[in-house]
Amino acid sequence: MTLQDTKVREAASHEAASRPRRRRVPLTPYLFLAPGLALFAVCVLYPITQAVRMSFYDWKIVASATSEFLGLDNYARALEDPQFWVALGNTGFYAVATLVPQVVLGLAVALLLHKRSPAQPLYRVLYYLPVVTSWVVVSLLFRFLFADAGLVNFALSEVVPVTDGQISWLADRWTGMVAISALGVWKGIGWSMMIFLAALQGVPTSLLEAATVDGASRWQRFRAVTLPAIRAALGFVTIMLVIGSFNVFISVYLMTGGGPAGRTDVLLTYMYHQAFGNLDFGYGSAIAVILTAIVLVLSLVQLRLFRDRDAGQVP
Amino acid sequence: MRTSLPRAVVVARHVLLLAGAFVMVAPFLYMVSISFTENSYVLTTPPQFIPDPPTTANYERVLAMGTIPRAFLTSLGVASVTTVVSLLVSSMTAYAFARFTFPAKELLFRVLLVGLMIPAVMLLVPQFILAKHLGLLDSHLGLVVFYVAGSLALNTFLLRGFFESIPAELDQAMQVDGANAWTRYWRLALPLARPGLATATIFTFFGAWDEFAWALTILNDPDLQTLPIAIRLLAGQGNNAVQWGLVFAASAIAIVPVIVVFLLFQRHFVQGLTSGAVKG
Repeated sequence: MTLQDTKVREAASHEAASRPRRRRVPLTPYLFLAPGLALFAVCVLYPITQAVRMSFYDWKIVASATSEFLGLDNYARALEDPQFWVALGNTGFYAVATLVPQVVLGLAVALLLHKRSPAQPLYRVLYYLPVVTSWVVVSLLFRFLFADAGLVNFALSEVVPVTDGQISWLADRWTGMVAISALGVWKGIGWSMMIFLAALQGVPTSLLEAATVDGASRWQRFRAVTLPAIRAALGFVTIMLVIGSFNVFISVYLMTGGGPAGRTDVLLTYMYHQAFGNLDFGYGSAIAVILTAIVLVLSLVQLRLFRDRDAGQVP
Repeated sequence: MRTSLPRAVVVARHVLLLAGAFVMVAPFLYMVSISFTENSYVLTTPPQFIPDPPTTANYERVLAMGTIPRAFLTSLGVASVTTVVSLLVSSMTAYAFARFTFPAKELLFRVLLVGLMIPAVMLLVPQFILAKHLGLLDSHLGLVVFYVAGSLALNTFLLRGFFESIPAELDQAMQVDGANAWTRYWRLALPLARPGLATATIFTFFGAWDEFAWALTILNDPDLQTLPIAIRLLAGQGNNAVQWGLVFAASAIAIVPVIVVFLLFQRHFVQGLTSGAVKG
């Protein structure tokens, strides 16, 4: 703030600028970096390049057998493979069916919880509980709840009589996907709630109060003040949820195993089946690369979307 | 504002929140209840919510089985070693990014961030083949190496922020006193970044504790199973012959430590979650 302050800072930056002029090879930082970056290069970066490379081959895992170069054949095969489209459709269904409720309900809960009350920490813990518990455990738990004689059928026929209670949830494509999506929503609401709660702290109270004084209704205040203030969080949550939904694997693998006859396969269970069931590593890799490409494109589109609207809002 | 809320709104708010909380917690309560129920009473209509008669037989059988206690210890060991190694390595990496200037710094950091964007399961196939060549299949070392590699990007990202928030003057003062970089990292930066280390510990530990896909892929030997794999084998594939009481007794054993640590260290969970969102 003061002149002195500026001078000190100038002197500091001057010093920092003059130090490298002595030109000692900066060995120290690289020593600190070496273990981490080496491990990362071998176990993450190299596999990334391998994934792409393998997708162009009929990859043989046995060292003696030679892998045949196929070019784009694995990709062409995916496009003509009806099961690939089933898996892609199911993944898309899961993405939409879990994204919307997690954003809407997560935000709703965060808004309800935002007003400070003695019970707030307790509610927060309860809603967050499913997030911290293992996917394996909750997937088995939901397989149990959606069993033919399970609690969901009981609740939908005896408690709220809307069905005959005879639905074989996990034995059919769409009911199976509904059950899997239900698990995704239930497990994820606590996470989006937590992000929104943090974002709501940043909503300027003075603006909200001014809007109240001006006679704005609850909904108008939400639309005009709260929503713009949490736009960044909204974008973050959406992107993370979309990425996460394309990576759905454990819940499908454990609830239906992709069955019956692959009807509830998602991209990753199908990839896993091709790679480790049929030992078709090349085709499995092609599916993994397609999946990653879809995720990257979707993330970029969303980033652009949220940024553009931000820019449009400035004036 | 505080005075203007009508009573009806307050009540409605709590009714909604309570209903939601019930949906969140009820499945767990049901799970615990089933774990105390004799197998012949599971999946009956109408369902039994309070075990009658209650029994601890499922827990006794799970503990006597050998596989579950052994898997518990395996997971404990694997997750602990993963956490220690990952924190050491990623804090060193983060320290370099936070405290030094060197060529290609931001480029290297960007490359590291790629690790945050690439889905772990996409790398399952090439990592499996790599592990095969390195002789790491069917070994706990194979789990640890790839768990550490997988956690590096996030932990480095998290800890870099913590190290950067430590005043540079402290560093310079120690430097004047003749402390070398390692001493400054070990004696100054690490102790001051303790909250960050706690957050990273929790996320890394439970990431490894719960990990499923990689363990499923590289472990064949039943003696090497981790807890998630052992529980999944207990539940088998179909729905009819499953001994759900056993499955949920084992599940309860697996998640109780997680829930206890979560309740004790909630602050760190929230911190880890929001540091990405708020800063980014």
